Amino acid sequence: MMSDALLQYAPLVPEIFLAIAAILLLMYGVFGGDRPSETVGWLAILTLVATGALIAGQTFATAQLFDGALVIDPFARFMKILILIGSGFAILLSFDYLRDAKILKFEYPVLILLCTLGMMLMASSNNLISLYLSLELQSLAIYVLAAFRRDHVLSSEAGLKYFVLGALSSGILLYGCSLVYGFTGTTSFAGIVAALQGAERSVGLVFGLVFVLTGIAFKLSAVPFHMWTPDVYQGAPTPVTAFMSAAPKVAAFAMLIRTVLDAFPGVAADWQQIIIALSVASMTLGSFAAIGQRNIKRLMAYSSIGHVGYALVGLAPGTPEGVQGVMIYAAIYVAMTLGAFACILAMKRDGELVENIADLSGLSRHQPLLAFMFAMILFSMAGIPPVAGFFAKWYVFAAAIKADLYWLAVVGVVTSVIGAFYYLAVIAKMYFEEPAPAFEPMPAKLAFVLGVTGLFTLLYFVAPSPLVTAAESAARSLF
Amino acid sequence: MLTNWPILSTVIFLPLVGALFILVLRGSDEAANRNARYIALWTTIITFAISLLIWRDFDPTTAAFQFVEKRDWISGTITYHVGVDGISMLFVILTTFLMPLCILASWQAIETRVREYMIAFLMLETLMIGVFCALDLVVFYLFFEGGLIPMFIIIGVWGGARRVYASFKFFLYTLLGSVLMLLAIMAMYWQAGTTDIPTLIAYPGFSESMQFWLWLAFFASFAVKMPMWPVHTWLPDAHVEAPTAGSVILAGVLLKMGGYGFLRFSIPMFPLASADLAPLVFALSVIAIIYTSLVAFAQEDIKKLIAYSSVAHMGFVTMGIFTMTVQGVQGGIFQMLSHGIVSGALFLCVGVIYDRMHTREIAAYGGLADRMPLYAFAFMVFTMANVGLPGTSGFVGEFLALTGAFKVNSWVALFATTAIILSAAYALWLYRRVIFGKLEKPSLQGMFDLTPREVAIMAPLVVLTIFFGVYPKPIMDVTAASVDKLIADYNQDVAAAGRARLAEAEVR
Repeated sequence: MMSDALLQYAPLVPEIFLAIAAILLLMYGVFGGDRPSETVGWLAILTLVATGALIAGQTFATAQLFDGALVIDPFARFMKILILIGSGFAILLSFDYLRDAKILKFEYPVLILLCTLGMMLMASSNNLISLYLSLELQSLAIYVLAAFRRDHVLSSEAGLKYFVLGALSSGILLYGCSLVYGFTGTTSFAGIVAALQGAERSVGLVFGLVFVLTGIAFKLSAVPFHMWTPDVYQGAPTPVTAFMSAAPKVAAFAMLIRTVLDAFPGVAADWQQIIIALSVASMTLGSFAAIGQRNIKRLMAYSSIGHVGYALVGLAPGTPEGVQGVMIYAAIYVAMTLGAFACILAMKRDGELVENIADLSGLSRHQPLLAFMFAMILFSMAGIPPVAGFFAKWYVFAAAIKADLYWLAVVGVVTSVIGAFYYLAVIAKMYFEEPAPAFEPMPAKLAFVLGVTGLFTLLYFVAPSPLVTAAESAARSLF
Repeated sequence: MLTNWPILSTVIFLPLVGALFILVLRGSDEAANRNARYIALWTTIITFAISLLIWRDFDPTTAAFQFVEKRDWISGTITYHVGVDGISMLFVILTTFLMPLCILASWQAIETRVREYMIAFLMLETLMIGVFCALDLVVFYLFFEGGLIPMFIIIGVWGGARRVYASFKFFLYTLLGSVLMLLAIMAMYWQAGTTDIPTLIAYPGFSESMQFWLWLAFFASFAVKMPMWPVHTWLPDAHVEAPTAGSVILAGVLLKMGGYGFLRFSIPMFPLASADLAPLVFALSVIAIIYTSLVAFAQEDIKKLIAYSSVAHMGFVTMGIFTMTVQGVQGGIFQMLSHGIVSGALFLCVGVIYDRMHTREIAAYGGLADRMPLYAFAFMVFTMANVGLPGTSGFVGEFLALTGAFKVNSWVALFATTAIILSAAYALWLYRRVIFGKLEKPSLQGMFDLTPREVAIMAPLVVLTIFFGVYPKPIMDVTAASVDKLIADYNQDVAAAGRARLAEAEVR
């Protein structure tokens, strides 16, 4: 009897394992004596790898738990693997920085683990309550991480800013959830679908939908809910920025996709126009606002805003092809972003990190390999074939074209040309200008991350099939 | 010959192998630079030699694609599919032929970052050959757009004073045109369920209105690449700022991708739209021919003058292609190949004196014939070919294109012909100011004639210019079958559409 009761939680083993491991690591950090911080970091990476192995080992197709509050399906698994990859590499990127800033504390990897747990639950949540709870678990961890460099004024400011605005957006999301609950009488996604069936859709429900999407759009930093992004990206410690720009974006996308497709297919026309508006605004602002930036981290902030816009193009049609496109986009985006931040973390002169784009002048003379990899990642972000970013854009735009959203696709490609300008400007700095003083040699951990992500980006075209087919079958599980 | 040897893939990817070799070069700067030059030279020569085997084994009696290779690539939908027919084969040869000359021309002109330079050129060669061999739209697009990356670097790193501006303009202009084509490719994929080019050529399902939009989207890309008036403005900048070899490749190969695109995609895939929109192409072509010829007059910079003359010559190509006559299309192809040799050669000629004087101002020269007789001879041959003098390769293409145009629309032919006079005027004027007259300027006293290396570059170009001028048959033979089929299919499609329209009218 007992074992049966336990067995029904078997699909949740990866999450349970991650939660227990995080708590054990926390205790080890507290009681482990003098300097266990680096060990905790490596153990955290090991935990993430093990969690990924547990997920990859799941053989069942779809399972529901807690009365349908959580669902584990191929889509969730795909996104969780991406999240784990993003978190693992982010920890790897942080060691050297934290040591130099003298904040190499064991709380850091533990917070990332807890945040990862929240993100994994976000990808699985199938109920407004579990959605909100998992989102808050993720957000709280990031608030702390953003302010992790306490003695640094920009970092504290970033943490505070993100916290205040994030709390506001959580409030909006929660208000939306309560409206949806009020007008449908249920918080479960399946219940909402059933309540919408046959019934005339009420204005109140649309209001709720708008507020829910607003809350999620804030986490995604989609325009016009992006205001926090540049400041927080710039102010937060760089490895935290790297972390924030990769895995949490994937999680927010997973949550958004599941919410609109599983809870609100009945009002598709309503959410589609919201998604399209967010997408157009994000693509446009992302490409124009980045042009004037001088700070590379702010540039990456606007770049990520733009990428969110492109990925939303894939969600706008609400078709399996579109979701597949978003998933491919997310995977390639994670690789590009982590690679780019590995390069940014390598911009170090006289023991200090430098962040101005001008500091990259003539990088190709001193460190040709680093410059080449960074250039390829930037070309990829601009969507130039044959590097990976082109394929990401191909799948989302193709989905839009199939759904006859021609003008959206045209806006997308035109803004991507405008966006190419600022990526090219960085490449031009590295290649066309006279060299600035050299950076310090790249630490091995950064080089490893850059090597893996850069080679993936550069050589993706050699074997694009595995990712495409994996995303295809995962996307189909939602329909 | 081994029948299943993937000769096209070998030619496409061999330069990349050379680039990898250069990448792993170690050693002191000077030795590494010398090795990089030799590796690049030998790679391009071997590639050229292998590509000649393609010509040897090419069967000119059929219009079908030959040397076809097909491999699964993206989950069953998109295949790595390459092959050549009479239209594309010679462009492959043109590319592989020009590359060793480019490497030789850069032998001493490029002194900084030689390894990177050679790697960029070899990458570019792979991508260019791939464009002409691709038989899948996505593969084509990959090669087509991928070429922007090395060319951006080549112009931006080794270019002239305004290189950064020129490289950005080149990149963004071309990209903006191409992304619209990308959307069209997607639309075709969903409509026809494939991106396979031979399948799409035979695919009858595009409605007339859809053809219209698809045609425009492809036109946006190829018109920029070609370049056609009024989207040609990137070309003079890119040409002027690029290093000599970069200009040669731009004029010799990259511009041809536009014309090739019209022949490979626009006409066979969207015949009805091509028929409807041919007058637009004629108008733009004639404007380009006359306008840019006049603009060429006003140039102070030798490279800029040649760049504008390139735009004018490309006007003949588009005009010839869209006559949809056998003569016109043959002429367009011939003009492209001839222009690839002649304009490439002209840029090499400019490079020769630029290397000595480091200026491209026409006014800085004069009377070079005294001290550089060999150079004066080579330059004269290419100038004459540029003008279209009978007996040079430039004549054959222009004449055929004009013949085709005359058959279709005599006004177009009339206006285009006036430009031959204009081109003679500016080309001869340039030649006179640079070569003839008295050698007065003291700075020119130290000029020396072509070195053996430069002779080795110029000699094959001179020979080919004259050879194809008096004996164009080898080229015509290769292209004939494919062009005949192109025109026959086009006429059949247009006639069928006309009959359908007639039947519909009768029903009403």
